[in-house]
Parts: sequence; structure tokens; C-alpha cells
Amino acid sequence: REELLLRPLPAGDVAAAFQFRTRWDADLRRGAVSHYRLFPKALGQLVAAQGVRELHLALTQGFWRTQSWGQPPLGAPAGAELWVWFQDSVPDVDKAWKELSNVLSGIFCASLNFIDSTNTVTPTASFKPLGLANGTDHRLLRYAVLPREVVCTENLTPWKKLLPCGSKAGLAVLLKAERLFHSSYHSQAVHIRPICRDASCLAVSWELRQTLTVVFDSFTSGQGKKDWSLFKMFSRTLTDACPLASDSKVYVDISPKNKEKELLEVTPTPTSVHEAVVQGDKRTYAVYDLLSPSLFNSSRSLNVQLKWKRPQDSQELSTPVLHAQRYVSGYGLQTGEISTLIHNTHPYRAFPVILLETVPWYLRLYVHTLTIITKGKENKPSYIHYQPAQDRKRPHLLEMLIQLPANSVTKVTIQFERALLKWTEYTPDPNHGFYVSPSVLSALVPSVIAMKDVDVEESPLFASLFPSSDGSSYFVRLYTEPLLVNLPTPDFSMPYNVICLTCTVVAVCYGSFYNLLTRTFHVEEPSRGGLAKRLANVIRKFRGVPPL
Amino acid sequence: MAAALPAVALLLGCCGAALASGVQDQAEQFFRSGHTNNWAVLVCTSRFWFNYRHVANTLSVYRSVKRLGIPDSHIVLMLADDMACNPRNPKPATVFSHKNMELNVYGDDVEVDYRSYEVTVENFLRVLTGRIPPSTPRSKRLLSDDRSNILIYMTGHGGNGFLKFQDSEEITNVELADAFEQMWQKRRYNELLFIIDTCQGASMYERFYSPNIMALASSQVGEDSLSHQPDLGIGVHLMDRYTFYVLEFLEEIHPASQTNMNDLFQVCPKSLCVSTPGHRTDLFQRDPQNVLITDFFGSVRKVEITTETISLDRDLTVFENELPKDELATEPLKYADQLPVAQIIHQKPKQKDWHPPGGFILGLWALIIMVFFKTYGIKHMKHIF
Repeated sequence: REELLLRPLPAGDVAAAFQFRTRWDADLRRGAVSHYRLFPKALGQLVAAQGVRELHLALTQGFWRTQSWGQPPLGAPAGAELWVWFQDSVPDVDKAWKELSNVLSGIFCASLNFIDSTNTVTPTASFKPLGLANGTDHRLLRYAVLPREVVCTENLTPWKKLLPCGSKAGLAVLLKAERLFHSSYHSQAVHIRPICRDASCLAVSWELRQTLTVVFDSFTSGQGKKDWSLFKMFSRTLTDACPLASDSKVYVDISPKNKEKELLEVTPTPTSVHEAVVQGDKRTYAVYDLLSPSLFNSSRSLNVQLKWKRPQDSQELSTPVLHAQRYVSGYGLQTGEISTLIHNTHPYRAFPVILLETVPWYLRLYVHTLTIITKGKENKPSYIHYQPAQDRKRPHLLEMLIQLPANSVTKVTIQFERALLKWTEYTPDPNHGFYVSPSVLSALVPSVIAMKDVDVEESPLFASLFPSSDGSSYFVRLYTEPLLVNLPTPDFSMPYNVICLTCTVVAVCYGSFYNLLTRTFHVEEPSRGGLAKRLANVIRKFRGVPPL
Repeated sequence: MAAALPAVALLLGCCGAALASGVQDQAEQFFRSGHTNNWAVLVCTSRFWFNYRHVANTLSVYRSVKRLGIPDSHIVLMLADDMACNPRNPKPATVFSHKNMELNVYGDDVEVDYRSYEVTVENFLRVLTGRIPPSTPRSKRLLSDDRSNILIYMTGHGGNGFLKFQDSEEITNVELADAFEQMWQKRRYNELLFIIDTCQGASMYERFYSPNIMALASSQVGEDSLSHQPDLGIGVHLMDRYTFYVLEFLEEIHPASQTNMNDLFQVCPKSLCVSTPGHRTDLFQRDPQNVLITDFFGSVRKVEITTETISLDRDLTVFENELPKDELATEPLKYADQLPVAQIIHQKPKQKDWHPPGGFILGLWALIIMVFFKTYGIKHMKHIF
């Protein structure tokens, strides 16, 4: 199934979220599967060989501005994020984790082989499995983030090759690198998990979801108008659906704000209109079903266009219920402080949030300085798990379950001290700084409207990634900004300078002493001179004059 | 007339024989180089935005090599920094080689095997010699054998006898020569073409001593290689002169062309390049006249066409019945609760495995006990217990 969700964001940007879902009715745990049809063989073999129960890999460039754009459809931290649940039959989880990250780095052309024990953690409360699970022993979970990872066309190319239709048919024809990376946020992800095969949930199927979220900012960066169309965003239009897809739809979010009549108009006319409760809010979508024959009757290509009927003036931005920021403060190169601000803008409901922070070992955290302050008073977390770092072996892991009162701002601060690395451990560009991976907030946010249980097969894909347990709240995972911290950097030209200076000093001093002590002086016969001089001396001897 | 006929027949026979031997000659020439597969190792060693031209150099050679037939699985591309998606690039996901943005050498189908911090001297030498950690994926390995022709292209900042990697380490010409000797001893190549585009590039091939290596450099010892032209829109120099003219030369090559190495030696005369390109062929066994460009830049696939029919096994039904049926669970499986607050709060802390006290603590206690007994003596023990 493939799906594209287009959502105009309040500031005039457009968020486009692609989701491609391949469901395979086989049990990869059994092994001995040799016939791959739509499910890519590279990933299927990897899951079977390493005993993986769930795999989530996200590569992101940019940052999702929750405060101005709302909740992300699927959050992802800047850089590369990989978290994996292993089967309990795996004998050595760390070894399987290392091999898995190496194989994935080859498949996706990313430097995931830099994932090792210095940036891997085992969370104890966050990152519960998103697929079917009968027990959650957190020793089978591994989580790592590489905040420095760059995402470019070489990561997109193998991602596109995993799709059943490639980039030749269906919604994937829109994925052209030149337009996708000219955006303020680009995130591509691969999720593999076991799901129920049908409503009775007696058998297991494997699901591969590939998601790609892009935010185009041509309006806010002053390059375009607020009206958009598929051609303007992607420089391509849709021509047909993927022949292998059972479902191929484009959803455009046309929810009216403030219950007014529509402010925007989509052309061509959609095949249907769908209403759903997504992320606690009732939203209306115009649906274009690419598989319906009526869509391509008039023209060969589909170019969805959106025009704003009235000029948008100072539209009130509906702030999301939960958003967070993180920053580092302090001065100098010795100490500093990491502060996280978590906002709960719900007027009357309080809810808990799990905050997971992973800090590299070279920023030594002082846990006795950890303070959590809400509305001026101290807020004690209900659950706290801290695993201190070991130099060059393990990062810090801090997990807390904090209750956020209604309409409040919670500030979590912790002080740290910077360590001095060995000179071989610095990157080739150490003056750029060192990154601290984003912290993760997982919360069950109360929703405005009650949600009923939806059938996974019928509902659109963007509504069914997180399994919802009850209708009054929905699960949200947010990421904060990564931090850039400068470590005390030595002057790398110093070894060369020192060698030159020392050698010069040694040569001059020792050389002079040696000469003074061992030099002897002796008289030397004057040389006889050249031929002319000798002849002249002979003539002079004859004349009786002293020689030259 | 009767006598002329056998004479004509003889002549025709001779002509036929000559023609046949001519065709055979051509056919022989096709197989003369003796290699069966082609590999390419393309390395860009410089970091930072103002070294855009080195990445553009490497990508243009990558593009030509891919166009002439070498697949991605046989190319090891190492780029020390990311220029295409660099925040300073006004046109993201593109790397241009000609000003006015005519040719995007980054393209849409690029696979970079070694990225940013992975391009180190150690990794480069490991790729060449094959001493790679066991979990390295296939796309990062140079799996050549003794019938492979390998093209090695390096660009960056260099000096007399060394090439700088990522502004923090160097590789010397002696190390490179030794790496090639290791490759020869392990029979990892049939013939090797080494092209280097740096300042004083000829110093890098002075020390080679293994057979079957041909080397080209963009400048002699004591000369600097210069860059070609800046682009005012992007703000940096886009290409180096030598590689620019090599790219122009390669754009005219197609997979079946017969141009040989002597043409490549003439590519950038001093009038265009300002530096003097050099080459070294004394270690190479064939005459450069007979070496085709496509021997190194393109890919040879031997295709055998057969006209006999092969019957496939039509017995697939048996196989399908043998597929094991999946076990059905007895009760419905369920998804995990994403935020089980009560469970988390009452989570017992994990029992840390108990380790017997070791080392320091044991020694400290032993010291305390020894001092105690020394002070009070053993015979006083009965008063204590």
C-alpha cells in the first residue's frame, strides 16, 4: 500500500509524508524462507539472520519545529537513529547489534558502523515495541543515535530501491533528490515489525513501512507563493499507481480552521472526502485514489493544486499540547548546564511524560545537580533510572517519568563538566564541536476528541503506526534539538612546533658544547699554491727575493 | 583461361586467408588484455567547503566510470566530506563541474561507500589490501582477483611524497607503493591504473616497484596543480584543471571505442594545464599504444550466446506443498502498551549481578585484617569469639 499525505502548515510551508507499506504473510522467525516477492530480500535476510523482532531506522536532516508546525506525523531526531528489539532466542545481543549496524551501513550508505558501545544505550522504560509483543524484557532493546550523520542522495537511492515498484511507478516517481533536499526538514525511515494478520490476530505477519517526510519551505524562504501544487513541490506529477499496490492514495488535509467554511480549494476534484481523528483532532481529508479509473480519465497526469481562497492574515497558531526545547548554557570550556523545557499547553489535563537523555561520556554529568522545577516548585519524578557513563565505554543514560501539570512549563536542568580527550580521539574538524544526541519525550497525550478503535486495514496508514490502547489519549514521541558543545581542543600543530623548537635548541646548545670540548687546533702548512705561483716562486728564488 | 582460374582461385584463397587472419587478429586483440572484471577505487581526501573541487573531481570520474559500464558493486567511492547536502550549497543535492551549472555530476543514482570520517588512511589501505574486519558489508570491500583491472583515482591536497587525508593525517608514497606490492603478492590485480590529481603528484608514483602498474599524475615534483574556474553562484572553484580536461576527454569515449592510453597521456598539455602532467609506464608490460581506455574505465563482460534450448523444471507444485504451515496462536496476540505508567513506576530495579569483591577492596580488607592481627596477636582471638 502506498500513501501520500499533504498537510499545509500554519506558516505557509507544506509537509508531505509518504508511507509505503509492504505486508508479508510469512513468519520470518521460522527461518528457511527463500521466496521473496515484494518484501526486499536484503532486509528479510537481515531480520532472519540476526534474530530481529523489530527494527526502526531513521535518517533525518533538519529539525521538526513542533511549536510552529504541530505534532510531527512520525518524529525522528536529527541524524541517524536506530533502535532494535531482538528476539529472546538471540544468544549475544551486543554482537548481533554490532553486526546489524554494519550490514545496515552497507545497505543504506550511511556511516552506521560508527555505532558502538560509546553511543548505544539500553532504555528501560521508553521505546516499547510497536509491534506484537508478549513480553518486554528491556535487555533485548538497543538504541543509538548518530547526530552528526548527513543525509543526502546516496541514502535516498538505496531506500528507493527497497520499494516494490522502485521509483518508476506510483507515488515514488515524485521522489527526486534535487527537490527533496531543498527543504527545511527531510526524514526517511524504515520500520519493520510483526503485526496481526487479521482482526482475530491469531497469526503473525511482517510489516515493512518506509516513510519519508519532507517540509517544503518555498513560501517562508521567499521563493514562492503560498499556493502550491505537486509540480511546484516535486517538479513531477503523478501518472499512475504502482501496479503492485493494493491501495494507492493521496490525502490532502483540508481541515477548516475555527469551523469556518473552507478557505482553500483543491483541484482537480478529489475522489472522496475522508474524516478521521488523527492525533486527537478531527481532520478532514480530500482523497485521491490513484487506483480508481475515473481519476486519469481527463488527463494522463495528476497534479494536485491547492489555492487559498482568502489571504491568510495573522492566523492563530494552534499550539500543540506537548512541545519541548533543549539548550546548553554556561560559559568557558570547563562546565556547562543542559536545560530542557517541556511545555504542557493543555488547559486542564495533566499527563506523564518519559524523558530519555543520552549524553556522551566526555560531558560528565553531575546528577546531584539535577533539578526539575514546575511552576516554581520542585517536581519529583515518579520513576528515575540513571546509568552513569564509563570513560570510552558507555554514555550516560537518564530516564525519568515526570508528571506534567496542566498548562505548565517544566524545566529540567543538569550540570556537566567537559573532559579532555586524547589527541587521537578528536575528529579531523574538532573546532566544529561535538554533538549531544537529542532527548526523547514519550507521552500519552489526552486528545480533544475521543477516538474509536480503527481497523488497521481500512484506515489510512498515517493513523495506524502507533497502536492505540484507549480512545482518550494518543501516543506521541517527540525529539528535542541536538546540542553542539565545544570541548577544550588542543592546538594540533603543537607537536610539529615542539619538535622543531626542541631540535633547534638541542642542536645549538649540545652542538656548541661538543665543539668546545672536543675541538682541537693544529697548525697547517700553507699550501704550495697553484702552478703560476710555483713558477713565480722559482723565478724569485733565482732572483734571491723571498717567495710569495 | 583455364590456367587463370586456378591462379585466381589461389589469389582469392590467399586473400581469404589474409582476411581470415586479419579477423582473427582483431578477435585476438579483443582478448589480449587478459582481464575479466573491472574495479575502481575513487578517493577524495579533503574536507571543508572550499575543497568542493576535489569532490567534484572524484564524482566526475565516478560518473564516467559508471557510464562506461562498471557497476556500483565494483566501485568503492570514498568522499571525505559531503558537498551536495552541505548547508552552504545553494543548490542542494547537486555537485557541478562546469560553471553556469551545466553538468551535475552528483546525479540521482550515487552510492558513496565511505563517507566523511570513514575516509582515513587506515581504511584506504585496508580496502586496497583486503584486510578488512569481518563484519564489513560487501559494498565496502574491494573483492578483486588476479584477473581484475583496477582503476585507482586519488585527489586532494598533496606535497612531495605525501597526500593529505582530511587535514589530519598523510599517506606517503612509500606506504602506497608497499600497499600495491601487497596487492601484487596476493594477486589482487591483473593491471592497475593509478591517477592522481594533486600538487606535486608525480612524487606519489616515484616509488612504485610492483609490475603491471601504470601511473598518471597531474603535475611534476615542484609544480602545483591548479584549479579550473570558480562559479560565482556557488562561490568556490568547481574543478581542477587536469580532471576537467580528463572529463572532457572521457565524455567522448563510449563502451566500444578504441582510443588507447597514448591519447590519455596527451590530455592536458602545459598550455591548458599550467602544470606538466606526467606518466609512468616502465612497470607496465604492455605497450600503452595497445591499452584501451575502456580496459580500465569501462567494464568487460564476456557474454556467450548459446542457441541450444534448456528446459526448466516444471515441477513446482511439489515444492509449494512442502511449505510449512504457520502455527496459529491459541489466543490472540496483542500489541505492547506504549506507556504503561503503573508498570514503570513499580518496576523493580534490575538485580545487578553480584560480583565478588575484587582487586582493591579485597586488598584493603586483607590489609586491615593483617594490621588487626598484628596489633592484637592471634592468641587474643579467643577473647573475641
